[in-house]
Amino acid sequence: MKRFYVMLGVLTLALVAMLVYLLQTNPSAPRAATEAPTTVLDDGFRGYTVGSDNAPIEVTEYSDFECPYCANFATVQMPTIRQQLIVTGKVRWRYRDFPIPSHRYGRYAAHAAQCAGEQGKFWEMHDQLFFNHSWAQTGKNPTGLFREFAKAAGVDVARYDACMAAGRFASRIEFSRQEGLQRNVNGTPTFFVNGTELRTGPRLPASDDFKRLVDSLAARRK
Amino acid sequence: MRPRQTIAVLALIGWFVALYLGLHALGIGGELKCGTGGCDTVQTSRWAELLGVPVAFYGVAGYAAILAVALVGLQPVWLGRRGPTLLLAALATGGVLFSGWLTYLELFVINAICRWCVTSAVIMALIWITATFAAFRRPSFPAPRTDP
Repeated sequence: MKRFYVMLGVLTLALVAMLVYLLQTNPSAPRAATEAPTTVLDDGFRGYTVGSDNAPIEVTEYSDFECPYCANFATVQMPTIRQQLIVTGKVRWRYRDFPIPSHRYGRYAAHAAQCAGEQGKFWEMHDQLFFNHSWAQTGKNPTGLFREFAKAAGVDVARYDACMAAGRFASRIEFSRQEGLQRNVNGTPTFFVNGTELRTGPRLPASDDFKRLVDSLAARRK
Repeated sequence: MRPRQTIAVLALIGWFVALYLGLHALGIGGELKCGTGGCDTVQTSRWAELLGVPVAFYGVAGYAAILAVALVGLQPVWLGRRGPTLLLAALATGGVLFSGWLTYLELFVINAICRWCVTSAVIMALIWITATFAAFRRPSFPAPRTDP
């Protein structure tokens, strides 16, 4: 029996050592992708778009992946907008990053979407980040989760990892945020319809607001 | 090795697995070491908490209870009694049903597998098999002799 307790003690020590190892060797989110760069360059990129290039109306959305209102808009309103306005060729939608500084992983999420976008999967990653938004409420390091989102979005994870580690699009994201500031964006989501800000008072714009506006603009063009 | 010793060893390992997941749920240690699995998907799903408590802590409590009963049952006073064996079987049945439900959620609701959760489910299943086997086995100790 004594031998059993010695063995149990040795096993306990081994498990404690393993636990400490597991807790200490966790990589944190790479700083290059989480922090604003010191120098901001214009690479000519003006956001990913969805919809026809010939659509008469363009909506530009300034958004933050960690923002709950943006997630609500993306999951509740956007499917209807896609169906009624984008697929029908009436509207082209442009997504611009506007990471809110107080959001711990907003910039990191924007970077994950850009790294997916580099592989042609921006909108797939956009949907992963917004439709599985519980990551934004936990405050936990989402590195592993974002990698899983990337995989689900059909992204080559090795290339994605390299992109994230290098912070390849940090400058592009900060440029987009500064562009938003110049356009007086002070919260997310903010929308511009053919360059004019859409205002719906304190409430979040709904798909009906866009439909009404698009219909009235189309009627004016006739 | 006696069944209660086997159960104690398994419960100790299971307790550390649950503790690791519990610490992660509290934000300690950052990213889960999960290889190619879906640990983070499972851990950030709405099923990761039950009644406001991270599910992992039910595991911490469950394994701690099983470990305590197994160790008490190994004391000379309790060695020949069936009480600890039956209690272990009852605790393990609760544990295996709970981890079975969690595994069902992973496979058919969340559609992601957390390797650490599967490890815990396997450990709990082994405890249940050992405890059930011990509960239905005839006592190995001799029956008290009665003088004619």
